[in-house]
Amino acid sequence: MAKYILKRVLYMILTLFLIATFTFFLMKMLPGSPIASSPKLTHEQLAAVEAKYGLDKPLPVQYGIYMKKMVQLDFGVSYQFKGANVTELIINRAGPSFLLGIQALILGTIGGIILGMIAALRQNTVWDYGSTLIAIFGISIPSFVFASLLQYWIGVKGGFLPVGLWENGWQSSILPTIALAMGPLATSARFIRTEMIEVLGTDYITLAKAKGASGLEIAFKHAFRNALIPLITVMGPLAAGLVTGSLVVEQIFAIPGIGEQFVKAINSSDYSLIMGTTMFFSVLLILVIFIVDILYGIVDPRIRLTGGNK
Amino acid sequence: MEKILEVKNLELSFHTFAGEVKAIRGVNFDLKKGETLAIVGESGSGKSVTTKAIMRLLPESSSEFKNGQILFNGKDLTKLTDKEMQKIRGKDISMIFQDPMTSLNPTMTIGKQIMEPILKHQNVAKSEAQKMAIDLLKLVGMPQPEQRMKQYPHQFSGGQRQRIVIAIALACNPKILIADEPTTALDVTIQAQILELMKDLQKKIDTSIIFITHDLGVVANVADRVAVMYSGKIVEIGTVDEIFYNPQHPYTWGLLSSMPSLDVQEEKLYAIPGTPPDLLNPPKGDAFALRSEYAMQIDMEETPPFFKVSDTHYAATWLLHPDAPEVTPPATIIERMKRFPNSRYYESANGGILK
Amino acid sequence: MTNEYRKLPPEAFKHVHMDGSHSEKISKPSLNFWQDAWLRIRKNKAAVVSIFVLLFIILMSFIGPMISPHDFETQEITHANLPPKVPGLEKLGIFDGTGNMGGQKVNLYEMKNVDTYYWFGTDGLGRDMFSRVWKGTQISLLIALVAAVIDMVIGVAYGGISAFYGGRVDDAMQRIVEILYGIPTLIVVILMILVMDPGIVAIIIAISITGWIGMSRIVRGQVLKFKNQEFVLAARTLGASNGRIIKKHLLPNVMAVIIINTMFTIPSAIFFEAFLSFIGLGLQSPDASLGTLINDGYKLIQFQPHILAIPAAIISLLMIAFNLIGDGLRDALDPKMKD
Repeated sequence: MAKYILKRVLYMILTLFLIATFTFFLMKMLPGSPIASSPKLTHEQLAAVEAKYGLDKPLPVQYGIYMKKMVQLDFGVSYQFKGANVTELIINRAGPSFLLGIQALILGTIGGIILGMIAALRQNTVWDYGSTLIAIFGISIPSFVFASLLQYWIGVKGGFLPVGLWENGWQSSILPTIALAMGPLATSARFIRTEMIEVLGTDYITLAKAKGASGLEIAFKHAFRNALIPLITVMGPLAAGLVTGSLVVEQIFAIPGIGEQFVKAINSSDYSLIMGTTMFFSVLLILVIFIVDILYGIVDPRIRLTGGNK
Repeated sequence: MEKILEVKNLELSFHTFAGEVKAIRGVNFDLKKGETLAIVGESGSGKSVTTKAIMRLLPESSSEFKNGQILFNGKDLTKLTDKEMQKIRGKDISMIFQDPMTSLNPTMTIGKQIMEPILKHQNVAKSEAQKMAIDLLKLVGMPQPEQRMKQYPHQFSGGQRQRIVIAIALACNPKILIADEPTTALDVTIQAQILELMKDLQKKIDTSIIFITHDLGVVANVADRVAVMYSGKIVEIGTVDEIFYNPQHPYTWGLLSSMPSLDVQEEKLYAIPGTPPDLLNPPKGDAFALRSEYAMQIDMEETPPFFKVSDTHYAATWLLHPDAPEVTPPATIIERMKRFPNSRYYESANGGILK
Repeated sequence: MTNEYRKLPPEAFKHVHMDGSHSEKISKPSLNFWQDAWLRIRKNKAAVVSIFVLLFIILMSFIGPMISPHDFETQEITHANLPPKVPGLEKLGIFDGTGNMGGQKVNLYEMKNVDTYYWFGTDGLGRDMFSRVWKGTQISLLIALVAAVIDMVIGVAYGGISAFYGGRVDDAMQRIVEILYGIPTLIVVILMILVMDPGIVAIIIAISITGWIGMSRIVRGQVLKFKNQEFVLAARTLGASNGRIIKKHLLPNVMAVIIINTMFTIPSAIFFEAFLSFIGLGLQSPDASLGTLINDGYKLIQFQPHILAIPAAIISLLMIAFNLIGDGLRDALDPKMKD
């Protein structure tokens, strides 16, 4: 197990290193820098600014400085926010994003598990069709469409929940959480349904029946755990989906989060902020995948023990 | 002897996309206390379905009891509610499955899995159940039972897992134990061990066993009586000696002839021609007639009733009708019959007719 | 179980000769894999309806811009922000050109003196939504299809080579995939778009640059599974060349999975295109895609909900249709489900 974790950590570092390098060279390839395109600067001023940001040095040196700073979590300053530190900008915006993400993940997976269980245990009934329909809609309807509809119908037309912004405490988080949760909900509902149906058809479920176990005992004592464990494997993609979703959902509901700031940065070519956020998202998602992998090993006795012995 | 289970005229169908599959088409047999009844037949003959029907383990959405009764303790199992059935399963009737690699829950310790039926059906405390489970593991020959209780199925070999499945089946001293091809998925050496174990256990706990198999070698080893099934019907039933040494149905002849034997010198192993009939449209008359070289006109028209051969031996073939012409069974069968005192080829009685 | 037998006529016991082959008669017609799959998918009502919906949308995306009397990029400021008006339906009180203005319901066509019909209304610049929506659908579908085909080709080739040659080739190729797999798609797509000029090509490249990894992993798994099975070994023993084994034995078996996976790649490409357009990285005006239309519509949601509603409905329908067809295909082609 220790060897496996070590290997995974090495891969993680390698992946991050590649992303950082890739980002660096992409940034160098970008057409024009925001400094150069600023018409008010004289030639001398421009040189001074370039020297300040280290842009006058040869590429490998720039790369070295960049990597060193990256390790120190220094992503430079934002062009857009008048020299504000990128790392601080990200940290300041993290609160709402994390709250929304975690709420959506919890709501989505728990809701999905319940829907999926109902569908599997009441196979080919109205319950099953209903939950399958919700899952298909959740997977198919893009988050920004769903978010706009929620905002329009419940926020604007209904008027009983805040339309946006982050000023009404937890009430502000309700609509964006629901909008974000649709993806995880649909994915886990479908996943649990398929897994449950597969597990319910296995020999060990027949054996449990042959022992005299009741329907509920079979569903919850025997099948549920076996269907739930593989759900961990989709947590990585789910987290990635949440990050993607957060960009649009935060924008739609005007949530002061990382995603909304990122979209702004993209639209105003604030490259250091884009780079910083990109690295932040990468670290986050790679960490999630890593944790999920380890967690899977802990929860599944088959992996746990073979991993431990070898 | 006391009858513990009686299956009367059982008919069962599956509803599939293609139509109604008549998997069991009128099965009659009984099981006596303490005996082992083997049900043999090729795959698709309905032997497994019959036992799953007794346990009511078939999916209720697609299977349907069309007719007949399964009498256990005076109750008709086909009529019981799910709740009542749950009280019987694992307590009075329990089952061992074919593939030990898949019949244990991979994420539950085997201790828990063995204790489950004990806690379910017997009013005992958890610590007591734990002791009983350890004793069961000892009974099925598992070394170091205390430590192994906490382990998961993947830490056991196939043979060991089948021992665990047997321990689960025996947890509540069932009156009937159904073994659905319990050795098919195992290595030959392990097969022998498991068979020995089952024979041993039967002596110790005096349960009746229904043993399903397609392996006639296994049948000879374990069974007291044998029922031969073909396309959803029992075609011949009798004691193990009667079936092996005085078979009457052409299908039984075919089965026995296709069994490799050491004492009959043959160049070629016999194979029954053709394939079993499609149970979506079962044939009229004797279902085996289409593959039989002994087929007669009546076989095409009317299903043969059971003809009595002896008090314990019945066969459903028109060849046993008093007006039917006498036919000569295959040579290997005659060889077998020569050794059976009541058969027409018994050598010491009439000096050998053929060969 | 009685011993009293009914008398039977002697001819009943006449021996009948049975031809052994008689019982081997095959009662069902023999169907090949695809015929069988087609029969199955035909039984899946959701998939069949989806196929029709999809065909309709594809058809409309081509003939829609043609049958509309207005062109998709001509701006007519005086005709801006008109609600939908459809001849015939207007008499039923729907799509009659009535809209909100200052909180009151008025017929905007009469007010603005417009005597033509805009079936889906117009946008803020007075462009015909009907032709824009269908044009946008066409672009979105094009992007998605091309991206899916690229994913498929690269993914199948990469996964296939990796698995078929195995050994060190496989090791090296899989190390690369393992690293790439860790990189979040979103990040790569956004970075690529930033570097390239925004447009259809940039979006396609951005989507396919990591998109093939999923396909390659699936194909590799399948090829690994099949390549050591007896039928391939048998073919090899009979002297079949690598090319023949791939063409005749491996591809047909892996085909089902490739098709299923592609059916799920298309909607995800549609989604990514729309997503990029929504956050401002997509196509630039006057080009339209479903994503840019939704982005435009979202800005006007309070006043002109129809500008959002129509492209949103079409993208949702497209996604649902593709997902349902994908599900149907998976059920139909997955041999595990065979009864």
